[in-house]
Amino acid sequence: MLPEFEYHRPASLEEAVRLLSELGPDAKVIAGGTDLVVKMRAGLVSPRHVVDLSRLTEIRFIRDEGDRLKIGAGTTLWEIENSREVARGVPVLREAVEEMASWHVKTTATIGGNLCNASPAADAAPPLMVHDATLVVVGPEGRREVPIGEFFTGPGQTVLGVGEILAEVVVPKMRRGQGAAFEKLTVREGALSIASAAALVEISGGRFVDARVALGAVAPTPIRALKVERALKGRPATREILRSASREAKADIKPITDVRGSREYREEMSVVLVRRALERAVERAGGAWA
Amino acid sequence: MRAGGGGIVVRFTLNGREVEVTTRPNATLLDLLRNELKILSVRRGCETGECGMCTVLVDGLPVRSCLMLAPQVDGRSVTTVEGVGDPERLHPVQEAFVEAGAVQCGFCTPAMVLTAKALLDRDPNPDERTVKEAILGVLCRCTGYAKIVRAVRLAAERVAGGVRE
Repeated sequence: MLPEFEYHRPASLEEAVRLLSELGPDAKVIAGGTDLVVKMRAGLVSPRHVVDLSRLTEIRFIRDEGDRLKIGAGTTLWEIENSREVARGVPVLREAVEEMASWHVKTTATIGGNLCNASPAADAAPPLMVHDATLVVVGPEGRREVPIGEFFTGPGQTVLGVGEILAEVVVPKMRRGQGAAFEKLTVREGALSIASAAALVEISGGRFVDARVALGAVAPTPIRALKVERALKGRPATREILRSASREAKADIKPITDVRGSREYREEMSVVLVRRALERAVERAGGAWA
Repeated sequence: MRAGGGGIVVRFTLNGREVEVTTRPNATLLDLLRNELKILSVRRGCETGECGMCTVLVDGLPVRSCLMLAPQVDGRSVTTVEGVGDPERLHPVQEAFVEAGAVQCGFCTPAMVLTAKALLDRDPNPDERTVKEAILGVLCRCTGYAKIVRAVRLAAERVAGGVRE
C-alpha cells in the first residue's frame, strides 16, 4: 500500500483547476502514475491529495492545425508513437518517444507528465525544444502560454504555480528544407538517458539558415545548446563546420556525475551525440552538404 | 468524485465479468487484484515499474498494475491471465509457450503471456524485433528470452498462418 491520501477525480479541466487551487500545495496531479507512484513509494513525496487527470478526454488529443500540431497533455506516449500526424509533422518527437521506456509504461505515461515531472532526462523535451514548442497552461487566472525553453526551472521544478495544469503542447511542424534527428545514450533500450540530443536544421544555398540543438540529462534542466547553434547559423553546411560546432556543446552544458554516468563522460558524449544528431538532421534535410 | 482514508467503490470489468469492490484510494491496481480479489497470477515484483511482473491488460493494452491506482480502473476493462484461457482450452499463446518450452520458473509467465496476447491482438504477424520490443518491459531471469520470442512467433503462425522473416 502507498501512504494514505485523499483521491479526487474531477470531471473537467475547469473542475481540476478549481480543486487544485483549493487544495493548495498539498495536492499532486496523477495521470499515468509512472513517475508519481514511484516517488510516493520511495517516500520522496507524500501528498495529502491526489487529483486524477487520467479521464480528462479534453486534454487527450492530437490535432493537426495546418502549420502546427496540438497535442493534449494527457495524450499517452503510446498514442504519440502511433500517431500519423506526429510521424509526419514532428518526426523527431516520435523518434524520441520510440526510445522511451517500455510498451507497458508508454500505454499510461503521458507527454504532459513527462514534461511536468521535469526530469533533466525527460526525453520528450529536447525534440520539443528544437521545434520551439509552446506550452499552454490553464490555471485560476485563466490561460497562459509558456515557451518550452522557459518551462523548466530546475530538476523536478517548473513554472507551474498552485492550481495550474499543463493542458496542451503546441508544436510548429517541420517545414520543407528542414531535417531533424534525436540521439540517445543509454545502457539498454528503454532505459533512462545518460545523455540525449535533438537537432533541427534548415539548409538553403549550401548554408545552415537555421540550426537548433537541445540536450537532455547534461544540465539541471533540458537545455538549448546556443553556442553550438551560433557556430552553425549562416555558415556553410560542411562536415568540418558541423564537427567544430559540435565541440561547443561542452560549453553549453553543466553535467553532474551520478549512477548513470560521470560528468566527464557526459561532456565527451554530448559532443558525439550533438554531432550525430546534426549529421542525420542534415541528411534528412536533403543531404545537401556544401 | 472524491474519497478519503475510508473505502472507495470501484466498478470495473475483470476478465469479462462486472465486479464491484470496496478498496482504499491508496491501493494500487496490483493491491486490489492480489489482496482483495486474490488473483495471485499478478505478481508483486519490484513495485517501482521496472520488472513488469505485475502486468495486466487494461482495455487491451499492457500496463504496470503497481503504478496504477485502484480507483483509476473504475469503468475500465482489466484482463489477467485467467481471462486468456483455461487448462482445458489454452489460448494459442499459452499452447505455444508450452510447446516452445518458454516456461522455466513461471514467475514472469503470466506477464509474458498477457504481453504476447496484447501484441498479437494488434499485430498478428510481428517480426522478431517487434516481439523483442514488446516484451522489453518484462524481465525473465531464467530463459534468456530466446524461447519466449520463439513461442510468440509460433503463436502468431498458428493464429495468422504465417510470420515475417
